[in-house]
Amino acid sequence: MMKRAQLFALAWRESRTARRRLLLYMSSISLGVGALVAIDSFASNTQRSVREQARSLLGGDLALSSRTAYTKPVLAVLDSLRHEGVGVTDVTSFASMALVPRSGLTRLAQIQAVTPGYPFYGEIITQPAGAWAQMQQGRNALVDPSLLIALNAQVGDTLALGFARFVIAGTLVSVPGDVGVSTTIGPRVYIPARYLGETSLLNFGSRSDRKTLLKLTTALTPAQFIFRFKTTLEKEQVRYRTAAETEFNLTQAIDQLRDFLSVIGLVALLLGGIGVASGVNAFVMRKIDTVAILRCLGATSGQVLTIYLLQAVVMGLLGAAFGAVLGIGLQLGLPYVLKDFLPVDVAVTLEPRALLTGLLVGVWVALVFALKPLIALRNVSPLQTLRRESDAAALRGAAFDPLRVLVGVVIVLSIATLGIARAETPMQGLGFATAIAGAVALLYGAAALLSASARMMVRPSWPFVLRQGVASLYRPGNQTRAVVLALGFGVFLMSTVYQVQDNLLRTVAVKLDASKANVLFFDVQDDQGAPLDSMIRAKGFGIAQRTPIVPMKIVAINSLVGDALLKPQDAEADTGAAPRSERGRGGAGGGRERWVLRREFRSTFRDSLMPSEKVTEGRFPTGGSRTDGLPEVSLDADIAKSLRVGIHDTITWDVQGVRVQTKVTSLRAVNWTRFEPNFFAVFESRALAKAPKQYVILADVRGEGAVARLQRDVIMRFPNVASLDLTLVQQTIGRVLDKVTTAIRFMAGLSLALGIPVLFSAVSATRRERLREGVLLKVLGATRRQVGRVMLAEYLLLGALGSAAGVVLSVAGAWGLMHFVFKQPFVPAMLPASLVALLMISLAVSIGMLTGREVFRETPMAALREG
Amino acid sequence: MTFTVPDGAFVAIVGPSGSGKTTLLGLLAGLDVATRGTVLLDGADLSTLNEDRRAQLRGEKVGFVFQSFQLIPTLTALENVQVPLELRGDDGAPARARELLGRVGLGDRAHHFPNQLSGGEQQRVAIARAFSNSPRLLFADEPTGNLDSDTGAHIVELLEELNRESGTTIILVTHDLVLAHRAQRIIRLADGVVVSDTRVEAGTPTVAAP
Repeated sequence: MMKRAQLFALAWRESRTARRRLLLYMSSISLGVGALVAIDSFASNTQRSVREQARSLLGGDLALSSRTAYTKPVLAVLDSLRHEGVGVTDVTSFASMALVPRSGLTRLAQIQAVTPGYPFYGEIITQPAGAWAQMQQGRNALVDPSLLIALNAQVGDTLALGFARFVIAGTLVSVPGDVGVSTTIGPRVYIPARYLGETSLLNFGSRSDRKTLLKLTTALTPAQFIFRFKTTLEKEQVRYRTAAETEFNLTQAIDQLRDFLSVIGLVALLLGGIGVASGVNAFVMRKIDTVAILRCLGATSGQVLTIYLLQAVVMGLLGAAFGAVLGIGLQLGLPYVLKDFLPVDVAVTLEPRALLTGLLVGVWVALVFALKPLIALRNVSPLQTLRRESDAAALRGAAFDPLRVLVGVVIVLSIATLGIARAETPMQGLGFATAIAGAVALLYGAAALLSASARMMVRPSWPFVLRQGVASLYRPGNQTRAVVLALGFGVFLMSTVYQVQDNLLRTVAVKLDASKANVLFFDVQDDQGAPLDSMIRAKGFGIAQRTPIVPMKIVAINSLVGDALLKPQDAEADTGAAPRSERGRGGAGGGRERWVLRREFRSTFRDSLMPSEKVTEGRFPTGGSRTDGLPEVSLDADIAKSLRVGIHDTITWDVQGVRVQTKVTSLRAVNWTRFEPNFFAVFESRALAKAPKQYVILADVRGEGAVARLQRDVIMRFPNVASLDLTLVQQTIGRVLDKVTTAIRFMAGLSLALGIPVLFSAVSATRRERLREGVLLKVLGATRRQVGRVMLAEYLLLGALGSAAGVVLSVAGAWGLMHFVFKQPFVPAMLPASLVALLMISLAVSIGMLTGREVFRETPMAALREG
Repeated sequence: MTFTVPDGAFVAIVGPSGSGKTTLLGLLAGLDVATRGTVLLDGADLSTLNEDRRAQLRGEKVGFVFQSFQLIPTLTALENVQVPLELRGDDGAPARARELLGRVGLGDRAHHFPNQLSGGEQQRVAIARAFSNSPRLLFADEPTGNLDSDTGAHIVELLEELNRESGTTIILVTHDLVLAHRAQRIIRLADGVVVSDTRVEAGTPTVAAP
């Protein structure tokens, strides 16, 4: 019996000629391993950073926040806290117009009025450095650099906010806890809170958020704080959040991000496994002769299998190790790609656990997938030495091979285990694994179908090179399906991203065109509505809409009031107030969603429907002289569901201190994506006509620079009126989408790159056959040009098949995303799809031609020598 | 070495392994170029032609039969025979290929793939392919080396027939002296040198001492 050391030595010596090739096959898993290592390390890095920075992210030990001004009881709590030595500082934030008088330009900005000491933890970094500390000393403002660009201003310029004037003292570099992408939506302006009154911006109906940071003392822990003040705060609708909660929420978000990325990583690994399997398959074909000789010389089939398994393990380890190194590189890149979406600065450190996991998983996947073709080598009979031509028949074993079945089971179990290990619950993991396997199976099926139909479609009338190219897809040991699968997956992911992006942008564009108006004025006070309207008309511009807005809150639904609404199960069990059909449709536990009851409703009144809404139930009050009975209200169908009210229910609203009881008479489906004011609740005119209100005005302003001039003129006369250039909004949305897609594209690009090693592996696996064919064609009189064209045809086809499979699936995938997630119509975007396909085809052709260039070099003499 | 093969001749090149038979064949067919000396193929000096020109010349005037058949596995018998014609852009390829397959007795196996054919059948397809472009010159490299003697004899008869009918010059490389004596002339090589160049009298196959 052969000693183990001897077997090892033989395995090593036998691998001499094939090491590079085997390594190439095994490198298919490298990207998968790399992706997993990168994702795990990155998630781990980010979570550590969140833990370390949790307090700075929040800015204090505890934060209170409210959508409205604090009530007396809350102010009393804050006062008593101050007396106990607790640090208190706060920020009031709202949207308003920022004007630079020197340039005459305006822009809607997020104003943050902060009191001294804000924030307690973490540092707001400014340019010039230290400007934050000096801001409180006078009428200074610190702004986002993007605002300076938009307003054509510079540090030192005067900035007008409402009636107040500030000096731009510097720009913001980073604010802990703020996500980069948010500044794209609205540039930030920080001012000292004591000048807030001077601006006169916070009028009736203006929306502002208030956040108070607390720096607790040793005598008062967050838990004690909550215990003492929970009841008061909840009653006064003030939310509180501790640093620990912030950390928990963020870690959870990161977990979700990791889960999402893991799916791509696992698919990459699985595709890599398929790449390994098809590469090793070609390898096995080539080893038949050697195995037959070894068997002749007395090797058992077990020993033969061991020899090649050892080779596979070593090469798999190298492939996985290369992947791990790649993963470290990717890990360095991920924080950069995702920085706009991360609230923390991620400190990149090596994560040994992620590395080790990646390595083990990689080797395991390489091994089980290599095992599938390798076990066929057991079937090679020593008799094969007597045959000259080695063919696939030599590998064929019994119809039922327990080992083959076992390997199949191990592969399935491995995929399931990988899925489960990465998910939070086993069910979710199984779902994961099924989804991944399903996606791969679907692509594999598409690949098989497409390549089969390519063969069926070939007509004798086609040019020879094309027919020969198609035939090449079927050469013995071909890996057409594996390559189409790998290429297809890359195209699928990339094209899906582009399709969705294109559709979302199209939606925005259509909405803007449809609304006809291009400037939106809001926060227009009751007495400003009419003058602003005539001012705009006087300049020759059209008013598309002037919509009154009345802020209000819900006081009662049917006869339920206050706390009874917040404890819906008990209360409703008693009264049976909610319609039966609505039960269980609301939030968790069948109760009403708390936020709906607490939120401020900004409602309107009118007697007609807008084009963006449609009645789904009941009858919309179209006015008339009816004065009897309760005033009617029409609700958005979704909010009605959350409120658990239906037709005929009554709702009592608190409209600036006045109780208004209404009856729900219709439900509407509202298209919220349009740039038009839409409302959860629309009242009959008579209900609110006398209520204090403000206006939203949509104007149609044409002409070059007209919008900017109008915005400036309006702000000069009505400093509190905010306005939005909708064309800019569209651009902004485009920019945000761009940032999102950059991050996703990074992963998509990774999966595109995944096709490369599989392609290399495939080309190299059929190298001998291709060389033989090329040389033979040359002997038969083919010029290098003709041989080149045959190769070109082959790779064009491979690329086209992969792209076709990917594009078809991406249209389906994008449709699904648009339909189920974004709830928007889907139009296939052929331009981005064709661009991705083109990219993939040129990738396939370049790799193919590059790797196959030896066919050009080889002289036809090889044909004689080989025989 | 210097020798001339006249039009329509059937010449065998024999010699032991490593004597340079294959190298000589490669040079004669223009598969490779000599570092010194000249090969004239139907009046064309191969050393002055580049690789693609030589390929075109092969496509027009030369046919090949190999020991290991060298059929393209992804193509059917018929398609394999068509290849040289198609490389020249010949429109009548399928008809001519069918006719040739019939000629070698494989008319009913035209749509079989190489791995569905026996060794003898594969070699017959190869011969049909070699004659598809009506070559002036046919090179056969150990054409019976992978076949049993009966099948091998049949293949040689086929070559002879085609030689007679179409007047194609045949150069046969072999180490099988019995086979070599089917030719009209035998050139013996040893260590890269022509050691003898003899004419064979028809019907007197003799085995010469090495």
